[in-house]
Amino acid sequence: MNPEQALQEIGTAERLLEPFRYTLAKQALKLERGKTTTLQINVGLLCNQSCRHCHLGAGPGRHEIMSAETAEEVIAYAERSRFETIDITGGAPELNPNIETLVKRLSSMAPRLMIRSNLSALNERKRGDWVGLLKDHRVVIVASFPSYNEAQTDSQRGKGIFQVSIEALKRLNAMGYGQEGTGLELDLVSNPTGAFLPTLQGGMEQRLRGVLKKKWGIVFNHLYSFANAPLGRFRQWLLQSGNLESYLQRLASSFNPCAVEGLMCRTLVSVSWDGYLYDCDFNLALDLPMSGKKVHVSELSEPPSPGYPIAIADHCYTCTAGAGFT
Amino acid sequence: METYYKPEDLKKFEEIGKEAPDLAKKFFEYYNAVFAEGALTEREKALIALAVAHAVQCPYCIDAFSQACLEKGSNLAEMTEAIHVVTAIRGGASLVHGVQMRNIAQKISM
Repeated sequence: MNPEQALQEIGTAERLLEPFRYTLAKQALKLERGKTTTLQINVGLLCNQSCRHCHLGAGPGRHEIMSAETAEEVIAYAERSRFETIDITGGAPELNPNIETLVKRLSSMAPRLMIRSNLSALNERKRGDWVGLLKDHRVVIVASFPSYNEAQTDSQRGKGIFQVSIEALKRLNAMGYGQEGTGLELDLVSNPTGAFLPTLQGGMEQRLRGVLKKKWGIVFNHLYSFANAPLGRFRQWLLQSGNLESYLQRLASSFNPCAVEGLMCRTLVSVSWDGYLYDCDFNLALDLPMSGKKVHVSELSEPPSPGYPIAIADHCYTCTAGAGFT
Repeated sequence: METYYKPEDLKKFEEIGKEAPDLAKKFFEYYNAVFAEGALTEREKALIALAVAHAVQCPYCIDAFSQACLEKGSNLAEMTEAIHVVTAIRGGASLVHGVQMRNIAQKISM
């Protein structure tokens, strides 16, 4: 899909909104790259869950997965670019057959290597000691945990996922993750369980810390609270439930000009499962490539330069709503 | 079906200031100050508002504060308990007046 088709795909609901680029222009704001410090690698859309808020529509039926050859090209790019942070995401990264190689090789190429986990997929990795490998390479685990309410979590992520997540967090804690003094970082990510904006991180983190400790003895390092992007499977749910228009209006009316400066797309480059570059994972979901044209990771010798314009569309309101998505 | 209550009317709330702007300005300033973080958190205030919205049976308020509660970090279990609190008070308020009933009945009974 080319950028024009991608924009058409956004659909009629957005046409009722003021286009994101106009909103930026009215505030005399430009969305351009700063220094690119983070390499985000999407290793594929295969996942053991089919979460209803997934902007990529990841799930067990998806066959898009990063090959060994592309993984090598991404590793080579990381080696010649030297990012501060490398962030591995999916789908469920655990299901990629090359994930061990990626972790082992990338861990020496950046001070901070992160891997996103839906927690239940930690159990799917049957070969070897997967969590032990992450621990040995000091990989930061960023785990999805939308709510301490079981019904709301299961409604977003699938029946039984809440209990599986609690057991996985206990296991990670037992291995030292999230525990003070171990240096093994365990962060949680909370996305709203419906068509509403996320809670401010500070207060939510404090309450979640109290509840998880009291009820299950679970500890963690940080909570990140992110809005759901109206793309992929979440968009389908918004349409089917009659929430699309009101949700888009909610995002747009919550535009916070102060959030633009700190947006993650200013400092991150995202590589898709097939090796192409995007300004963020949401643009990847929409196939809206960096600089408006498809560039393969093997073609770049260094991180994208500061001052490059970021490809934008109306889903960008997701990251500028309220406190923003940084 | 035509109805007196329309969700889109909630957005017209500020139009109430058209005929009495000074009073509306005072009311909305007060309203915003009440719901700002204070001795109670915004989350706690939203839960109280949700409960009261059910007591006064205001569909606009229920709509607004259901969303506000979720966005301030309350979950469905907490929101449901808040409604039980107001239900207990509302039911209790009726029941406790039974004391008056008993007083009157005793006064006029042999």
